[in-house]
Amino acid sequence: MKPVLQIDHLSISFTQYSQGMRQRELPVIRDLSLTLYPGQIGAVVGSSGSGKSLLAHSVLGLLPYNSRWEGSILYEGQPLTQERVESLRGREIVLVPQGVTYLDPRMKVGPQLRRGKRDARSREKSRMALERYGLPPETEKLYPFALSGGMARRVLLASAVMDFPKLLIADEPTPGLDAQAAQRVLGHFRELSQQGAAVLFITHDLELALTVADRIHVFYAGETVEEAAAEDFAQGKLRHPFTKALWDALPQREFRPISGAQPYPGQVEGGCPFREQCPHPGPGCEGPAPLSLRPWQGGAVRCLYPEQEENV
Amino acid sequence: MREPLLFLGKKLLRAVLLLLGVSLAAFLLLCASPLDPLQTNVGQVALGSMSPEQIARLEAYWGVDQPPLERYLGWLSSVLQGDFGTSLLYRQPVLAVIGERLQSSLWLLAAAWLLSGILGLCLGMVAGAFQGRLPDRLILAYCLLISSTPVFWLALLFLLVFSVWLGWLPIGLSVPIGLEEASVTWVDRLRHGILPCLTLSVTGVANIALHTREKLIDVLSSEYVLFARARGEGKASLVLRHGLRNVAVPAVTLQFGSISEIIGGSVLVEQVFSYPGLGQAAVTAGLGSDLPLLLGITVVTSALVFAGNLVADLFYGVIDPAQRRKGGRL
Repeated sequence: MKPVLQIDHLSISFTQYSQGMRQRELPVIRDLSLTLYPGQIGAVVGSSGSGKSLLAHSVLGLLPYNSRWEGSILYEGQPLTQERVESLRGREIVLVPQGVTYLDPRMKVGPQLRRGKRDARSREKSRMALERYGLPPETEKLYPFALSGGMARRVLLASAVMDFPKLLIADEPTPGLDAQAAQRVLGHFRELSQQGAAVLFITHDLELALTVADRIHVFYAGETVEEAAAEDFAQGKLRHPFTKALWDALPQREFRPISGAQPYPGQVEGGCPFREQCPHPGPGCEGPAPLSLRPWQGGAVRCLYPEQEENV
Repeated sequence: MREPLLFLGKKLLRAVLLLLGVSLAAFLLLCASPLDPLQTNVGQVALGSMSPEQIARLEAYWGVDQPPLERYLGWLSSVLQGDFGTSLLYRQPVLAVIGERLQSSLWLLAAAWLLSGILGLCLGMVAGAFQGRLPDRLILAYCLLISSTPVFWLALLFLLVFSVWLGWLPIGLSVPIGLEEASVTWVDRLRHGILPCLTLSVTGVANIALHTREKLIDVLSSEYVLFARARGEGKASLVLRHGLRNVAVPAVTLQFGSISEIIGGSVLVEQVFSYPGLGQAAVTAGLGSDLPLLLGITVVTSALVFAGNLVADLFYGVIDPAQRRKGGRL
């Protein structure tokens, strides 16, 4: 089967002016690789400030003008150029954003879903999309401020299924929802993936990601530190000390906070960004060479001593 | 039904307090003015040759013999009875003078106000949509240049270029000199109004364009525009569908709030173009110590400005859906 989305060695950096006119490149995502097949849900899990949203923006061709990216992004085997993504986004490649602030506050739901089209076909589509998520046709006449949190979330979902998406990117679609409501949203993603769409689920919530995703990409300071199957967590087959710490921090596990803080972008020049917090750092973790992601026991890890994890 | 009434009552109370305050302030300023009404209006030489009785009569006519408080209260009590008094300089009822002046000023003000609003909105939208590129830079340069130019100087410049050098338009007044009133056509009036109107709108444009541009840039960097882009909407749709809609509310508020600026500007512009409008009458009344006329003009223009702001408030409730839900309460 051909992958829907294949990202290889994607790096994103921003041009920043520091100390007056001195220009510098600020790397925010480094060497990210990710492959998604039809029907698959891949989760990217990381704390805020790790650069997750930029991943979504780069796939959608929405990076700000002062950013630069390198690497390759393939969509259905072909490079995803700016031109191509502009013709695909909103139709085949769709975004489900965080919340109601992503809706125009002064436009009713209906016209917003239809993107300015007024023909009967579009009206039919918007009505069906709302109906699919249990929203009555009257919802079209409401302004975003009149929507409850859950309704807004369903409107955003409806906006994604106006056509037949092949790739759905969900950028933190569940904050502020209770566990039950979040599960309902995830249920909708699962349903879409069962219909053949690939879902890229970006979240800070590992617990939630584990309930829905097939593969988990753990993100730390702009790098994927581990790629694992969802089952690996329960089976204790984790490869990176950060993944392990994240897993142990869950309430139903040991509820143990992770000591230290994630470094800011550009703070770590080489080596492993997690070394200050790592329980077993060794020679080479200080750099200067950047670490690369390497296959390890059915997954991948960006660590020089993954075998240490098996002994813990 | 009670809420709108309460809203209106509050606004009305505020209007009354505002007019009281403004008229009192204008009165105090005139009292503090170093100009002696007798010397300015009668002249030093003429005064010197007058008998004390004549001077006393003049003092009584200009109201100099009364203590200030008494004068103000006297004016206020007759205004409350609907009598704005008689203009000392024009020797006509104040309301008649204002009515006549307002008639020639009003279309000038309205045209300048509309023109600057529409043009300002368009320029601001273009600048915001092309942020940082050539159209934006040109518009921005124009706005900054105009904002830092005194309006009377600009009026003189236009007068020099269009009337003196090019000779396209008349130098001043609102109708041709030496013509019977019956034979004055509306084309004549229009030709005389063009330059004052142009000066007023050219200055008004800058402010509105700058605000619109700022707001549009805000809107275009918002999350909902990002999402609209992610959903495949093009630049034109972003600017016209989302931009215009979200810029409209602050733009309309600003537009109605800018009535005061247009009226303020008209005082200077009408002076430069010798245009016999309300602004010019205000200057004449102020310099000639014509207390009833000055206070009358002050009250009428303040009421106009207040009405503009009131309309802006009401409009807010009409075009902003979130406000509409609250039933127009502000």
